[in-house]
Amino acid sequence: MHFDGYDPGIFYDEFFDASGAPRPWSQPLIERINTLPRNGLLNRQKAAESALMQLGITFNVYNESAGAEKIFPFDIIPRIIDGTTWDIMEQGLKQRIYALNKFVDDIYHDQKILKDKIIPREVIESCSSFLPQCMGLNPPKGIWCHISGIDLITDDKGQLMVLEDNLRCPSGVSYVLGNRQILKQTYPKVFASIPIRPIEDYTSRLLDLLYYLSPEAVAQPSSVILTPGIHNSAYFEHSYLAQRMGEELVEGRDLVVQDGSVFMQTTRGLVKVDTIYRRVDDDFLDPKVFRPDSALGVPGLMEVYKAGRVALVNAPGVGIADDKLIYTYVPDIIKYYLGEEALLSNVPTYRCIDEKDRSYVLENLDKLVVKAVGQSGGYGMLMGHQSSARERKSFAEKISANPRDYIAQPIISLSRAPIINKNRFEPRHVDFRPFILYGEEIFVLPGGLTRVALKKGSLVVNSSQGGGSKDTWVLYNQKK
Amino acid sequence: MLCRVASSLYWMSCYLERTENIARFIDVNLSTLLDLSLESALGNPWEPLIKITGDEELFHERYSELNGENVMKFHTFDIKNPNSILSCLMAARENARTMRETIPSEMWEQINKLYLMVNNASRNPSILQDPATLYKNIKMDCHLFSGITDATMPHTEAWDFIQLGQFIERADKTSRILDVKYFLLLPRVDFVGSTLDKIQWAALLKSASALEAYRKKYRQITPSNVAEFLIMDHEFPRSILFCLTQSYRSLFSITRSAGGEIHNLPERRLGKLRSQLDYTIIEEIIQRGLHEYLDEFQLELNTVINGLNETYFEPQIVGLKQ
Repeated sequence: MHFDGYDPGIFYDEFFDASGAPRPWSQPLIERINTLPRNGLLNRQKAAESALMQLGITFNVYNESAGAEKIFPFDIIPRIIDGTTWDIMEQGLKQRIYALNKFVDDIYHDQKILKDKIIPREVIESCSSFLPQCMGLNPPKGIWCHISGIDLITDDKGQLMVLEDNLRCPSGVSYVLGNRQILKQTYPKVFASIPIRPIEDYTSRLLDLLYYLSPEAVAQPSSVILTPGIHNSAYFEHSYLAQRMGEELVEGRDLVVQDGSVFMQTTRGLVKVDTIYRRVDDDFLDPKVFRPDSALGVPGLMEVYKAGRVALVNAPGVGIADDKLIYTYVPDIIKYYLGEEALLSNVPTYRCIDEKDRSYVLENLDKLVVKAVGQSGGYGMLMGHQSSARERKSFAEKISANPRDYIAQPIISLSRAPIINKNRFEPRHVDFRPFILYGEEIFVLPGGLTRVALKKGSLVVNSSQGGGSKDTWVLYNQKK
Repeated sequence: MLCRVASSLYWMSCYLERTENIARFIDVNLSTLLDLSLESALGNPWEPLIKITGDEELFHERYSELNGENVMKFHTFDIKNPNSILSCLMAARENARTMRETIPSEMWEQINKLYLMVNNASRNPSILQDPATLYKNIKMDCHLFSGITDATMPHTEAWDFIQLGQFIERADKTSRILDVKYFLLLPRVDFVGSTLDKIQWAALLKSASALEAYRKKYRQITPSNVAEFLIMDHEFPRSILFCLTQSYRSLFSITRSAGGEIHNLPERRLGKLRSQLDYTIIEEIIQRGLHEYLDEFQLELNTVINGLNETYFEPQIVGLKQ
């Protein structure tokens, strides 16, 4: 298989420049691929897919029969990020997370940013992820956003932008680690010849983070991962991380609160828990404080947390910072708390709550992407240019009825990268989710999840909507 | 270890043992049939297979005719039958999935592979045209799982729960196959010593993978020797006594390593059951009635499982134990 005939088109291509010449960082891989024997690449793609099935690297799809599992489609052509671009991303992400953490802490304490009228109070108070129950909370070490995944995109001019912030238990890191494991088997020689930054230490850094947050100074704190259970779409990831860290994977029913501490029920009696990396949403964490019908959480957990006798990762209430309407204020947030300009820009966004923006949105629905602020995973979205008049009408009604719940953005032509389709290379749109850990310091994993819209022409990369993934290689800086 | 995980380990192992047993029963029946006419003097040769697992009623609800194809479908692919191979594998895999972080990846991959193989086979209607290969593969894959478990997993508490599940299930299955076949074969004066008789007794032993081991010990087949071998042999790994001894050993390590109460509930029940059997001779059992004995044994074994539930899998919390 060759790249001859591959057409980058009018979009920004991650592998080739507009003239069709390989970008310097993709050149070594392209040369390798061109020397592979006929069918060599296709066989490798097949081997990688069956390895995923055998390893059981699957996700669950909602709205299908209970527990339906699918392989997350995987393409063996990696996305490559050169060292210089990475430096910009890394600095920008650190700045963003640092500022967002200050923002959450402020919102649940003094609310200076509201008093200074940088963000209108009603925007915060109308936010479904604002939890009054968290007012005055002091999470261990003052950190709220311990683990985040920030979605980045590149537009048709090659401009890097933040698409959204994910601070509520973002998933995907297990695919990052799994994809890398498989690609190492797929191209052992390539790995030896290209300076790719390793990502294998993610889980040991995550473990350091969990230990760092332990409320008591014990030699080996006990940390657990709290999962909603095997029917959750990210269950594979929960168990994968637990296995990689050697920690227990617990469900709500395995934990009890007694005498002001959290314990897990074991064959040797009750064992105290210091840190909980919870993959259960805020609403379900503690039926005594949040949703009373939740069977996934632990009654009394929040009281123990408030008393500082257990750490929760991420902190409850952190969702206020990744609300899609709050997102539009992030450049202001960075400026307010750090006195700096944002290193990574936002996608220009219209707030339907603003009258002027709203009338523009309503008049230009066919040119915009409309997003419900409370939803994720590609649900509750209108892709204006591909929508029918009926869909637009229904969205217009929804926006007029609840303007607070919607934002709109111009349709960004995401950058593209080659995938293997049947027996040729074809360009597809991609985005990128790097993962950030905030513990003793802020660490950005040099890699991440590149999601790819496998359907030709599609701009929606979510796994629930026909997206797949690629390994992402971040290169070391070239020595000058 | 989490109570929930202990329970998952136990049941995962139990379901895989059940899978292997069912595959073996069917495999042996298939090869025995080659030597018997279908309408043998012993009645329908597929009937005992329904009785062994205790699912007679369910079978007749779901199938009108008792024949090889239906029995194989029922025991292999029918997910309405909770004891079919596919149901057992789904349950074993589901249990494994809830604790993938506990078991070595190799074990998970083996369960997953076996499940995918049988699940794919279930969608291939022609597979039962040549069923022997399928059942041999299932058996071998189950053995492979045991081997992987033994060789990759630290022999600590988790491993002991797996042993416990395997041996308790195996004791139960050996008792059931003996119970069903023994009575079918025993009082047929008309063909005692006939070729047919020998084939049938040999098939019973084969169903417990016991024929070769039995011959080495007793050479000639007699009903009471067969019962003795399958119930109380000290060395044969499928005899009831052997299974109880192994189970007791694992339970003993679990309770001792946990530093818990000496002789807790399941340990007392299992220990009593094992010791009683150890000091009994086969004549006593036969005199009392083999069927009655096995029936009671199965009930006792259930109380052991209940004891495990109360002590390990779903304990009531009574204050802190720290």
